[in-house]
Formats: sequence, structure tokens, C-alpha cells
Amino acid sequence: MAKTVLLIEDEPNIIEAISFILSRGGFQVLSHGDGRTALDAVDRAAPDMIILDLMLPGRGGFEILRDLRAHPSTEDLPVLMLTARGQKTDREQAERLGATRFMTKPFANGDVLEQVTDLIGQA
Amino acid sequence: MFENKGYGLVNSSFTGSRIRERRQALRIKQADLAAAAHISASYLNLIEHNRRKVAGKVLVDIARVLDIDVTSLTEGAEEALLEALREAAAVSKRGTAESDRLEEFVSRFPGWAKLVATQRARMTTQDRTIEALNNRLTHDPFLAEALHDLVSNITAIRSSTSILSDTPDLEPAWRERFLRNITEETSRLIDGSEALVSYFDGQVQSEHPLTTPQEMLDAVLARKGYHLPELEGLASGKEQDAAIALLLAGSEALATPQARALAKWYFRVYAQLARDLPSGQVADAFQDTSDPAALAKRFDVSLEQMMHRLAVLPARDLGSEFGLIVSDPAGALVFRKSLVGFPVPRFGAACAIWPLFDAMARPMSPQRDWMETPPGRRFESWSVAAPIRRATFDTPPIFRAWMLIRAEENAAVDQPSRDVGTTCRLCPRSKCAARREPSILTD
Repeated sequence: MAKTVLLIEDEPNIIEAISFILSRGGFQVLSHGDGRTALDAVDRAAPDMIILDLMLPGRGGFEILRDLRAHPSTEDLPVLMLTARGQKTDREQAERLGATRFMTKPFANGDVLEQVTDLIGQA
Repeated sequence: MFENKGYGLVNSSFTGSRIRERRQALRIKQADLAAAAHISASYLNLIEHNRRKVAGKVLVDIARVLDIDVTSLTEGAEEALLEALREAAAVSKRGTAESDRLEEFVSRFPGWAKLVATQRARMTTQDRTIEALNNRLTHDPFLAEALHDLVSNITAIRSSTSILSDTPDLEPAWRERFLRNITEETSRLIDGSEALVSYFDGQVQSEHPLTTPQEMLDAVLARKGYHLPELEGLASGKEQDAAIALLLAGSEALATPQARALAKWYFRVYAQLARDLPSGQVADAFQDTSDPAALAKRFDVSLEQMMHRLAVLPARDLGSEFGLIVSDPAGALVFRKSLVGFPVPRFGAACAIWPLFDAMARPMSPQRDWMETPPGRRFESWSVAAPIRRATFDTPPIFRAWMLIRAEENAAVDQPSRDVGTTCRLCPRSKCAARREPSILTD
């Protein structure tokens, strides 16, 4: 059974590109674009990992990450933070809040696939 | 009795020049002035050419014969130049300026001195522009969002392009979708780039691109000498609104909506103050007493209102020039009217010894103090901290502290004074317990 990646991102064309890359790699990709309801989407999808954008409408990626780590069912869930802001402070905060990996836009397609495979294994 | 600190330490290099100018204007011979002042003509000659410093009884006698205030001989337009040069020396990282020979420099090379001061003023403005630009780049929500959008556009284009080039067996439908995505994102990228260019273009073309609203208001008030005749003697309502609108329209320095909003608020405060405390009545009462507390009681206003009013009335009306400094609890100076010899720092923290900050620590307790600045000038001050928002059971009070200052007028009053400065970097008092950072004026 294919492993599931939940992509929490609000840019449709980025969603389409990442979905295509990971699907080709054998992963099942679900997406969600609203920060306010992201935790509900995680509950519903029960993914093997999350790719989480930092700047989202309604609620930021850091807040979502904090809540994920505070909940027993998601405290160990692999989270790859994806953001346009590659500043050192963002990276440090992501690590402090428990992000498993951190990737800065614009990324190479191969890197996304490699990170996902590295975190949850081959599809 | 004149050997006190009031005049005894006044050593301006320009006093001699002013004596000479005044004497010549009155067509008094040097020998006659010397005789009347009980000094030799040769000594007066040295004084007039700034080769000997003059103070104490000699200075008072000369001033009497020339029928002029001592302070008019010891203070002049050069003070602003000296302050500007001290500031220039303070910000110099090399610290090589001979600060102890500043007056000599101004006296011997006035043109060069003005040039240095002008250049320093330009550099200060440019520094502030850079600082504000830096802040804007870091915190401006428009820029943050615009840059985020650009990076997202680029990311989508890069990913889609890679998919097209790296996937030889890509189905036509997918190929078409990614081509469409690239077209869309390219179009957004162009729009976003143009918006950014327009944004920066607008900033560059603006006359006052990057100063804060407070700085813009300060500039308007300073240009007008803090007195706004347009807002004097107005009835409330339409007349006031019209006068304020006219004043705002005529104040080009108020370049942003935020600055105009701040100015509008201040102009209303001023107009109310002018209504409650008519200039003529205050000036008349001031001839009876210059005590702000007594005046406040007479007009049934708060002490801080009276202090504010005294500071914004012209010196010609009162016969006294007042400065006023207002601080919030964080030490930020939200109103700054300086006096000759008592400059108020525009940026950075002020002198912690100022009574203003004592007042903040003891709200509702007015205090009168005497201060002495490093060149030996003495100033009287009246300070008080009062709430601008009163406390409730749910909210704490918010205080402001006011300090009204005036150059000491009666030198015979030998009140103990506190040694103050402007700001640590410009203060030579090396052993001051309140010192935060080293001074550039001492080794």
C-alpha cells in the first residue's frame, strides 16, 4: 500500500508539481491549502508524513507544527517544513518546534523526492 | 557674587567677538569701554580678539556698559554650530577629533566648521534613511508578501520546467497542464516584479521617503518654533477644524497619512490648550509669577498643561524661553523642544540624570531642580509625571513625564544643582554613575 504524504500548501501550481513528482515516486499525495483547518485535515488523512508550508492563509506553519507536536498521535509524525523564507531564524525556530526537516523554496524536484524517501522510506 | 557657576564658567571663544561687535555698533571706543569696565585697553583688546577668556565681574561690567544681557554676549548662533560639531565628533568611530579645541576651530575656520556640520547633517539623514530602509525590508508587510509571492512563482516555474525536461514519457495532458502552469506563473512573476519596481519607485520619488511620523511632526514644529499662531484664539468646532486642515495642507513635511494623523491629533491638543490658556492672559499672569504650579492653579489646569503652554508661547511674549521634554515610561522622548546649551538627543537615550526620569519614578510628585551641563551652564527645571490614561480595576495607568527647562536667569541664586549631560556619548563626565557607554569626549 502506497505511503501517504499530506501536503499543506496554498499555491495550486506548487501543489500540482509536488503531487506529480511524489506520485511518480509511488507516494499517495493529499493536499490541503487552509492553515485554519489543517489539523482536521491531518486527522482525516492520517498521513505517513506532512510537507508543511510556513506561510499559509489563516494560520502559519509554525503554529500548526506546535500543535502537531503537542498532540500524542502526531508528536512523532515526520514533518518537512517548506518555506520561501530561508532565514536562519526560521530554520532555528522550525528545529526548536520539532520540524524533522527544513527545505527552502525554490527547491529541486529531486530534493523533495529524496527528502520524502529518506523520511518514510521507499513507497 | 558673580563668580558663581552661572557666569563664571562661561568661556565661549566668541564672547570677545560679540563684545567687539556690540561696542562698534554703539560707537564706543575700546579705551572708553575698558575704562568703564575697570580693565586696561590692551586686556580688552585681547578679550575682543578671543585671546583671553572673559567671565565674572569683568563680563558683567562690560555687559552693563554695552547695555546688553550677559547671556547675549555669551550665547549666540555659534552654539548650534558647536552642538552640530560635537555630534559629528560623537559619531566618528575613529574618535580623533580634538573636541577640546572645538571653539577654536569654529572661531578660526568658520567656513570649514559650517561645511563639516552640514556634511554631518546630511550623513545623519542618510544614516536614518538606510536604517529605515533596513527596517522596512525586514518588517514591511507588503515587501514580505511580495517577495514570498515571487519566490513561490519561481518555485512553481522551476518545478514545472524540471518536470517537462526530466520526464520524457510525460503524457500530453500533463505536458499541457504544466505548460499552462508555467505560463500562469510567468505572468504572475512579471506582475509581481512590476509591482515591486513601482513600490520602490514611489519610495525614491517621495520627498520624505523613510522618516517616521514623529520625526515629520518634530520637523514641522521645530520649523515653526513650536508656536502655532494659526491655532490661537479659535472657537472649537468648525473654525478649529478649518484651521487644522489648512495647517495640515501647508505642512509638506507631513508626507504620510500616519504623520498627518499624528499631527492632526497634536494640533487638536494645541488648539484646546490655546483655548484654555489664552496667550495674552498667560503672558500677563507670567509677569506676576513664573512658577508653573502657581500658574496652573490660577488657570485651573493641570501642571503638565501649563508646562506645555509655557513651552509653546514665544519668548517675546513671556520674556523667557522655555524648552520642554516629554518622555513615555520606556524613556522614548515624544516631545522635544531644546534650548541653546541644552540640546535634546534626536536619536538614542537621553541623560539618565535628568529630573524628568526621577519624576517618572515618582508619579504625581512635581519637582523643581537646577541642572548644570558640562560647559557650566545652569538650567532650572520643573518636572512631573502624570497619567495619560488613568488606572481602572482592569487596566494599569499609563504615565508620561514632562520636564520644562529654562536657562537660569538669576545667577545670584546659588542653588545646588545636579550634573547632567545630553547623552552619554557626548558627555565628558567620566565618573558618572549613570553612564551607559564611554564618551568620545574623554580618553
